[in-house]
Amino acid sequence: MKWDLENVVSINDLSRKDIESVLDEAKEMKSSSREKKSVILKNKVIASLFFEPSTRTRLSFETAIQNLGGKVIGFADAGVSSTKKGESLTDSIKTVNSYCDAIVMRHPIEGAARRASEVTTVPVINGGDGANQHPTQTLLDLFTIREEFGKIDEISVGIVGDLKYGRTVHSLVLALNKFKNVKLFFIAPDSLRMPKEIKEKLTNVEFFESEAIEDFIPKLDIMYSTRIQKERFPDELEYLKVKDAYIIKKETLVNAKSRLKIMHPLPRVNELSPELDNTGYALYFKQAGNGVPVREALLKLLVVGK
Amino acid sequence: MKEDSGAAIKLNPIKNGTVLDHLPAKSALKIVRVLGLSFDAPVMIAIGIESKSMGKKDLIFIEGKELSKKEVQTIGLIAEGSTWNIIKDQKVISKKKIELPTELIGIITCNNPKCITTVEDIDTKFVMHGKKALCEYCEREMNMKEVIKLLK
Repeated sequence: MKWDLENVVSINDLSRKDIESVLDEAKEMKSSSREKKSVILKNKVIASLFFEPSTRTRLSFETAIQNLGGKVIGFADAGVSSTKKGESLTDSIKTVNSYCDAIVMRHPIEGAARRASEVTTVPVINGGDGANQHPTQTLLDLFTIREEFGKIDEISVGIVGDLKYGRTVHSLVLALNKFKNVKLFFIAPDSLRMPKEIKEKLTNVEFFESEAIEDFIPKLDIMYSTRIQKERFPDELEYLKVKDAYIIKKETLVNAKSRLKIMHPLPRVNELSPELDNTGYALYFKQAGNGVPVREALLKLLVVGK
Repeated sequence: MKEDSGAAIKLNPIKNGTVLDHLPAKSALKIVRVLGLSFDAPVMIAIGIESKSMGKKDLIFIEGKELSKKEVQTIGLIAEGSTWNIIKDQKVISKKKIELPTELIGIITCNNPKCITTVEDIDTKFVMHGKKALCEYCEREMNMKEVIKLLK
């Protein structure tokens, strides 16, 4: 399959075919031996620029780079970069561009990765730009679904929690909209419902909405739970009102399909009871682990090519 | 005042420049203000002229000025479907319908305070999807009401 994307900035830039190329490559990465993989980025330097801290994303990217035999430069916090001295993002990126073969970046400002991709000659991978995009999370979610169910078409996915502010779920549903006969079940309190602008774009899937988890439980192949993030609320009172609204426990799943899988982008707070961790429902740690092969796949496709 | 009552008032009083016709009634002042026209060329405005097709319409006559692409795009946002005439030696040498623009570069600021374009000195870029403008950077979508509000 042809791969012609120069950057991965937004999941919206990827067609179904592009997504499938990444997932195929990730599958290969997962089954490849360490030795085979360890020469893919030999003599390549990858910049890992985390202007905002993110343990999971940064560590899985840096693990992926190391696994492929590449070298990592960068920082884990803008406090140690020249941003603190007042340097613009454009200048920082232009400078780093000449040191490396690709840039992985996370930045608190929305559109930062798009801007970076305009001023670089090396590929840019967006590891999250504020509340906007986090395409590698979506790709690892899709990889996990396909790995578990053998396909993405015809899957029924319930999405629970903060559907208003959660960029992860917005990206995920827009990506699922590129597949066939997908059914989406949005479960959220009224104040955190899926935004109208997102629903308007869901032209290729059927979707249903409810405030009660039990309404949809028996229909689901996947339950995608999300953290209700305090930092996304303009008002703390609003946060306190809804923070415990959707806690999933064993008893919540009484009427669920036996093959139901629970996913979560992690970190969780209390929305998934730890009693689920050792049940067949829990897919979230495997999902987090899939961040590595998916990021390895992207690095290979962007830096070395297909 | 009637559109074709040329005896009462001559609606083509300029020698060289631009005439904007078929502007929705009450849009002319906004266009003049948004484009800052009064600062760089003599401008005449006709408001509430009777029109067969529109009921009422406005016109703007700008002496000695041709519009830039950016200015035409801005007019397209406020007055989609209006007519843009270029006048030379008192003759109309070009007549075009102004469409809704397909992209906006450096015309409006993004209304998302967390967008990179509000932090760094770079041109904003919006792609128009019908009557909605999508910021190329932060992917925030604005409707026409929000877009027009952002035109100074």
